[in-house]
Amino acid sequence: MKIAVSASGKTLESIMDQRFGRAAFFLIVDSETMEFEAIDNQGASSGGAGVAGAQIVSEHGTLALITGNVGPNALEVLNAAGISICRGKATSIRENIEEYKRGTLEKIDTAVASHFGMGAGSPK
Amino acid sequence: MKIAVLSGKGGTGKTTVSASLAYSIENSQYIDCDVEEPNGAIFLKPELQKTYEVKVPVPEVDSSVCNGCGKCAKTCQFHALAVIKDKVLVFSEICHHCGACLIACPVGAIHETERTIGMIETNESGTFLHGRLNIGEPVGIPIIRELKKRMRDEGLVILDCPPGASCSVMKSVHGCDYCILVTEPTPFGLHDLKIAAELIQKMGIPYGVIINKATPTEKIIHPFCAENGIEVLLEIPFSREIAENYSKGILPAEATSDWKTKFGEVARKCAIQGREGG
Repeated sequence: MKIAVSASGKTLESIMDQRFGRAAFFLIVDSETMEFEAIDNQGASSGGAGVAGAQIVSEHGTLALITGNVGPNALEVLNAAGISICRGKATSIRENIEEYKRGTLEKIDTAVASHFGMGAGSPK
Repeated sequence: MKIAVLSGKGGTGKTTVSASLAYSIENSQYIDCDVEEPNGAIFLKPELQKTYEVKVPVPEVDSSVCNGCGKCAKTCQFHALAVIKDKVLVFSEICHHCGACLIACPVGAIHETERTIGMIETNESGTFLHGRLNIGEPVGIPIIRELKKRMRDEGLVILDCPPGASCSVMKSVHGCDYCILVTEPTPFGLHDLKIAAELIQKMGIPYGVIINKATPTEKIIHPFCAENGIEVLLEIPFSREIAENYSKGILPAEATSDWKTKFGEVARKCAIQGREGG
């Protein structure tokens, strides 16, 4: 099955990006073969980044998304597309996929505030 | 004569200056373009009697006509539309009302509907106007546009601009004859003054500076203005009396006739330079 991961780089060793819409790349990984495709997130620097990111991820036929947080607009699109969302960790894409397969990642079903990934949410 | 008052940095005294100018010149028109936090009314105390809603067009999709082709979502530069499983999701709060999705739709499934984003309030005579953007709305430009439609062609018009140097400031300043850049003698004041000055220079509008909270020994704003040939129109001192009045909603020009005269002189000077520049 295809899993999308928000990523700070273009390889399986890249670190997962905690932000969804503002991530530099999306890695679309086949969880059986670990083959992957890296997509440049064109929407990262413009308005409506969450909507654009969710549209890209859904167009690649993914069934799951691993990321840190999603905003309200992205959540609505991802839910409409039937993509399940899991909270990944700040480790490599490969390790996040392994954890997903073991079922140890927590599900995300609520959004953070708009523009959280642009610094709108203060770190605790 | 249209004079825009801006600053870059927030809290430097744009509203103090704008409202003082409007207070000092009879029959002038004051327009508060800071639609996110309009507060000129606190000083000028108008009787607001007319209210106009500001509406913007946003797309609505007829799902019985839509074929789910996704061209609308690809066309939208603001990602206000997504097409998932042949269904269009509209995020109208991030729509910029350009209408491109209507043109892009090959089957005519999209039409426009109206959404209220805020309002304009004025006094009976139309000498005081302000706009108010509803809480949670991201784009105030359509409200500024509606305010500026009601600008008078004759007499003095003062536009109290939003802070910053982005779209809403440009929209407020555009078409004005002269700009007053209000600043304060701090590194923050200077930093943002430079940005505002660069913007106004690019827009080709003559401008001068008013230093608020000025001290006799300040060496931050004066050197910058001297180096760049920018006129310092007025200095409002860092004074307890002015601050106390401010805290009660009383303008310097309202407290003493001396300040009223000074602001009157500034307005006349701006008017002359604005004409020369234009």
